[in-house]
Amino acid sequence: MTKKTELVVSAGSVEDVQRLFQAGADAVEIGQARYSLRMPGSFDLSMIKETMQIARHYNKKVYVSVNTLFHPDLVVELASYLGQLQALSVHAIIFGDPAVLMAARENAPTIPLHWSTETTSTNYRTVNYWGKKGASRAVLARELSFEEVIGVKQNTTLEVQVQIHGMTCIFHSKRSLVSNYMDHRSDGRELDLPLFIKENNREDANYPIFQDEQGTHVMSAEDICMIEHLPTFLKYRFDVLKIDGILKSAEYNEAIVSIYRKAIDDLSKHPDHGVDLAWMREIKSIQPETRPLGTGFYFKEQVY
Amino acid sequence: MATAVQTRKKPELLAPAGDLDKLKFAVMYGADAVYIGGEKFGLRSKAGNFSYEKIKEGVEFAHRHGAKVFVAANIIAHNEDFSGMEEYFQTLYEIGVDAVIIADPAIIEVCAMAAPGLEIHLSTQASTTNWQTLKFWAEEGVKRVVLARECTMEEIHQIKENVDIEVESFIHGAMCISYSGRCVLSNHMTNRDSNRGGCAQSCRWKYDLFEDREEGMQSLASDDDSFTMGSKDLCMIEHIPDLIEAGVDSFKIEGRMKTIHYVATVVNAYRRAIDAYYEDPENYQFNQEWMDEILKAANRPITTGFYYHTPTDEDQIFGTPPKMAHFDFAGVVLAYDQSTGIATVEQRNRFAVGQEVEFIGPKRERFEQKIDQIWDEKGEEISVANTPLQKVRFKIDRPVDAYDMMRKRK
Repeated sequence: MTKKTELVVSAGSVEDVQRLFQAGADAVEIGQARYSLRMPGSFDLSMIKETMQIARHYNKKVYVSVNTLFHPDLVVELASYLGQLQALSVHAIIFGDPAVLMAARENAPTIPLHWSTETTSTNYRTVNYWGKKGASRAVLARELSFEEVIGVKQNTTLEVQVQIHGMTCIFHSKRSLVSNYMDHRSDGRELDLPLFIKENNREDANYPIFQDEQGTHVMSAEDICMIEHLPTFLKYRFDVLKIDGILKSAEYNEAIVSIYRKAIDDLSKHPDHGVDLAWMREIKSIQPETRPLGTGFYFKEQVY
Repeated sequence: MATAVQTRKKPELLAPAGDLDKLKFAVMYGADAVYIGGEKFGLRSKAGNFSYEKIKEGVEFAHRHGAKVFVAANIIAHNEDFSGMEEYFQTLYEIGVDAVIIADPAIIEVCAMAAPGLEIHLSTQASTTNWQTLKFWAEEGVKRVVLARECTMEEIHQIKENVDIEVESFIHGAMCISYSGRCVLSNHMTNRDSNRGGCAQSCRWKYDLFEDREEGMQSLASDDDSFTMGSKDLCMIEHIPDLIEAGVDSFKIEGRMKTIHYVATVVNAYRRAIDAYYEDPENYQFNQEWMDEILKAANRPITTGFYYHTPTDEDQIFGTPPKMAHFDFAGVVLAYDQSTGIATVEQRNRFAVGQEVEFIGPKRERFEQKIDQIWDEKGEEISVANTPLQKVRFKIDRPVDAYDMMRKRK
């Protein structure tokens, strides 16, 4: 019996977690804004604790993202933070900076580690390298083709996670680029509405941009939507399929999870049925107007 | 500052070398080491990358002058990028390259296996920002870490106090506005893979900033003042003592795509500042001439980056960037005849009889003079040198040497 494909989604609040589990997510990714990057919301330790209780109730999993780039002032907090995650028995810690790996050896020795450096997790040898250092799962970069992610999957024993839905980060600066611009314009207004940037030659593409304590983030203009390609992911036995819930409403994420849940279950039970066109229709019916759907880099040629 | 000057190891001055000529100038102007790109695995696909023969020639030249050569192999690899990698590192080792600069740990593994004696430096592309992470890499056998450009002076102190590993830090040149390696704007906007050498510098393009209001998208920018993200260029010439006291082992200048004139001018200034502090820290005084020199080669306004504070709008470039360098590279001295005072100069930009020019060189103070007469290679008198790489002769008021450079005001 082969292992079931896991459907994971990033969640913004304890209430969201409950809804996402009910909608069919097998696991949630959560994180505290101080230690993680680009999560839909911030979970402090008491919220993580609460999330763990919900997960136990539903027999689901909780992965805590600790994947920011650590500067020295934050690195000193790692031992105690990871120790508390160990005490809560979270199901995994997601890391990018090796400082987390070092601190986890001492302070969270039994918690599985998921390696995620976002843009730089791009080949199976590097995946296997982090496997030797203790990672049990690799979260792959979104700038890879289908052929490349399959190549990774076929050449590693680690669990492989790929993103199948939602937006992706395309730029991370430590600087406050939005408020720097407003300061430059001597415009002190509070910007609490969603912000976008458009490039002069790409007027139809809106790239969400936001600031938080980790700096400035620019996100993709399209949402990845791989629902019509689920059979390929299942055929190659990808271990984990991820929906990124950032900058989306709870209702949207809940609906998206349930559509993918149904699709994965249908395809697993009846592989010969193939893709049901209704899945895509349902997604399109709830897709925000400003967010075109696409297939990311899965079918794109890149040059360099 | 003068209270407790510690005796620090003299830091290495590390310069970029986009091609063999630039390598030679960097070394002659005082670089202790240069970094270059080979034909594979590097991040500057458009820089004049070095073939094995050229690397060999560069290494021989550098070693003859007591300088080191590092080769950047700092792509973030995809599955197919590993082919030929073992031979590549073996060959670099056999050639006598002093170190390789690597970002992807799988490439570090390949290099360590294939060429065990070859020193490995972790690239800034790995965004290393804390001592715990440096400790990790030290245990992995990495000899030196090039810090992320986001590290502050205070953080570098902490790093050096906590871990015994060589630390290299950028002190001059263009900067990614993002964490290096954490930007795929170029991939999304041009299908060019930034982390494998295809960066289209999309961060320096003009954007519009929009707010999503109920009535629709509303621009916050204005036509003549676009939303831009470009950083001013890093320049730490005024802060050499701080960098030395923080314990930075290698001072890195960015710019494999830059000109000979840029590299030589910048190296020259930092060489003098480092030597001046190292020789007599107690009585060190900043010399404005160093800054003036750097500004003669600068492409953009300057900033101290993250060293002293998180950069603000003052550290970014908005609108049309001001014209910076008011000087042009006019020629290179090839030879000088002491008895006649006549130099042979290779033309790099048009100059003419009657023109005011200035000379700089690694071993002399800058001086200015007017050109009286010019002779071409056949000894014919000419009024203007207007052919690129044309070799001409004219009288120079003071002795000069090969590799000295001549500039003219724009």
